[in-house]
Amino acid sequence: MTDERAHPAPARGRRAVGVPPVFPGSQAALPHVPAAQPHVPAANAHPASATEAPGGGPADAPVTALAASLSDGEWHRLHPASPLLKGGIALLAIIGVVIANLRERLIEYFVPQAGYGGEDPLELIIDSGAVGWVLLAILSVLLVLVGAFYVSWRMHTFRITDEVVEVRSGVLFRTNRKARLDRIQGINIVRPFFARLFGAARLEVNQAGQDANVRLDYLASAAADDLRREILRLASGTRAQSAGAGAAAVPGQNVVDRRVHEFLAPELDPDAAEPASVVKITIGRLIGSILLSGASIFLVAGVIGLVVSSLFAPRALVGFFGLVPVAIGIAGFYTQRFLKSLRYSIAGTPDGVRVGFGLLSTSNETLPPGRIHSVKVSQPLLWRRVGWWEIRVNRASQSSTNGAAGQQNTTILPVGNLDDVARVLRLVLPALDDETEMALATSGLTGPGEPGDGFTNSPTRARVLRWFSWRRNGFAVSPTAVLLRKGAIWRELIFVPHPRLQSVSISQGPLLRPLRLASVHLHTVSGPISAELGAIELEAAMGLFGHAANAAVTGSSSDTSHRWRSREQAPSPDAGAGE
Amino acid sequence: MTNRLDLPGIAWRSVSPKYVVSELLGLVVTGLVLAGATAPLYLIGWDFAPWVTVAVVVFVLVQAALTPRRVRAIGYQLRDDDLVFRRGVLLQRLVAVPYGRMQLVDINRGPLQRALKLSELRFVTAAASTGVTIPGLPEDEAEELRDRLVALAESRRAGL
Repeated sequence: MTDERAHPAPARGRRAVGVPPVFPGSQAALPHVPAAQPHVPAANAHPASATEAPGGGPADAPVTALAASLSDGEWHRLHPASPLLKGGIALLAIIGVVIANLRERLIEYFVPQAGYGGEDPLELIIDSGAVGWVLLAILSVLLVLVGAFYVSWRMHTFRITDEVVEVRSGVLFRTNRKARLDRIQGINIVRPFFARLFGAARLEVNQAGQDANVRLDYLASAAADDLRREILRLASGTRAQSAGAGAAAVPGQNVVDRRVHEFLAPELDPDAAEPASVVKITIGRLIGSILLSGASIFLVAGVIGLVVSSLFAPRALVGFFGLVPVAIGIAGFYTQRFLKSLRYSIAGTPDGVRVGFGLLSTSNETLPPGRIHSVKVSQPLLWRRVGWWEIRVNRASQSSTNGAAGQQNTTILPVGNLDDVARVLRLVLPALDDETEMALATSGLTGPGEPGDGFTNSPTRARVLRWFSWRRNGFAVSPTAVLLRKGAIWRELIFVPHPRLQSVSISQGPLLRPLRLASVHLHTVSGPISAELGAIELEAAMGLFGHAANAAVTGSSSDTSHRWRSREQAPSPDAGAGE
Repeated sequence: MTNRLDLPGIAWRSVSPKYVVSELLGLVVTGLVLAGATAPLYLIGWDFAPWVTVAVVVFVLVQAALTPRRVRAIGYQLRDDDLVFRRGVLLQRLVAVPYGRMQLVDINRGPLQRALKLSELRFVTAAASTGVTIPGLPEDEAEELRDRLVALAESRRAGL
């Protein structure tokens, strides 16, 4: 009997985080204690660290101290303007509606001779003499909103420990999300236009899976940068303290100067990136790449089709009106791509590749090593004459800040020449620093596919299935990755690093079997790249299958990228105890 | 079939022969539904309606005749570090999944399979395209296999 009574009480004590189960009996008597309650005293214990600093302006307090205090394992709060920024669009919409209603009245007020006689809500209110009541209602709504914002801000707390990032939010419906640091797939700092004006930024800790990101929206801009570095340091497994983690001193004394500086500052921290490895896209190349994209082919083909058909039947000119929405859509696509890629930057940091995008709303993501599951270098047909290439990657996480068709997320180089491609490949696949591997990559990109270029290509009998590309259609195996080369018209080269291989399959259909050909598929996490190579010789395919199956096992067991700097020499003597 | 896609030195473990029965029963149901779906053609008095029904029946019969071979073609084996799986007669497929890459193992049983005491084992990795599903395993064998695979995955655990 006593056993049964004693059993539920400790369980309840365990559920309420942070409360020592001193009196199990008294806890059993209070079963309605919400799980959220214990964090309030904990958060109150450090009111100065998170609540004061962002509110008082980020640069007033020393930035390093701020980040260190944010990642000290205690609960902290977000930027005080967060609820406003999150609800910013809704608020703007409401203001817009009010202004739309008010507009006619303003016109009448300032230009009385315009003669406005319409009925609108405001007029009705004034006519019925209920102005006072309406003002009271608006005031109370505002008060309720501010109160709700305040409560939701107070209940939204986060903490960063050596092992996890944890966020708790919600007032009526509590949410608690924990993310293990060694499973981080990338950390993204997003600055929407509206938030940038306030000097705020959203930090996203990306995890593998659909909708598995931990979002801290919003933080003070400088604090977000520093917090990312702190999280990456904790996640990397290094024991070394980051020396001089502070950003360069922000010039300017007053708030306006600081905002302007933040707004215009380059996306890369100068001290965290190697300047030599940065690829810049000139505006001319960006415009050219967009104009020569596949959408332009459709547009030109559509116009030509219409012109030709209207020559034969003048009535077809009506079709031009049908082209208008298409043209608007394509123009929107062009603008979107242009604005997104305008301030593109990429750089290597000790904690991975950092990719930045965006002109007005910016995003800047750090991908730790080993978080890129496959890489595809491809060349649209029209880019061939100018020698441009595009690089896309497969990643395990889906960030919420994708643009058109997730372009921002998976396109790691929107356009670049062969030099840029080589630089970016060295960043995303560090093993490519080797000269022989780079030579392999080069012949994989532009090589016509002679025997002896390092690739095992399709045999001549595959010509039936790969009319133009049978010479180039092949694979190569480097010590760290498998390379698949495909296509003669739309050329592409796919890298799959061995430690990221999930599984491998070989298949043969009724077309391939009589030709003694087979197709090999290297499975990685889903994304824009499907690492599949068809129509290669059966023996070679079996060899690749065997090699890839082996490499997937040995590559993953020797991989330490989940704690990517744990092998680093640390100054402290207990370095071996890491991980 | 000498030119069958195969790995040297692998003794494939096959699935239960009872799976043929389950497949055949499933085909009968599909055939009946498909044949029933041709009924409206008779109602509108289309001349070729009987031919459509005949085509459906012939298709189902051919499928049924091929079923034993298809079931025999399913094989799997646990190697030292990975699981290999093959299936298919016309479109042959051979997959190797390292144990450390398994994210979870599912056991599914439909009503028909439950009556025959069969289970279907599904392996999920981080890659959606892996697609390894071993159908028609005897119930106890499936559970034993699942436990063994989970233990193997645990001992060779790797990240993504």
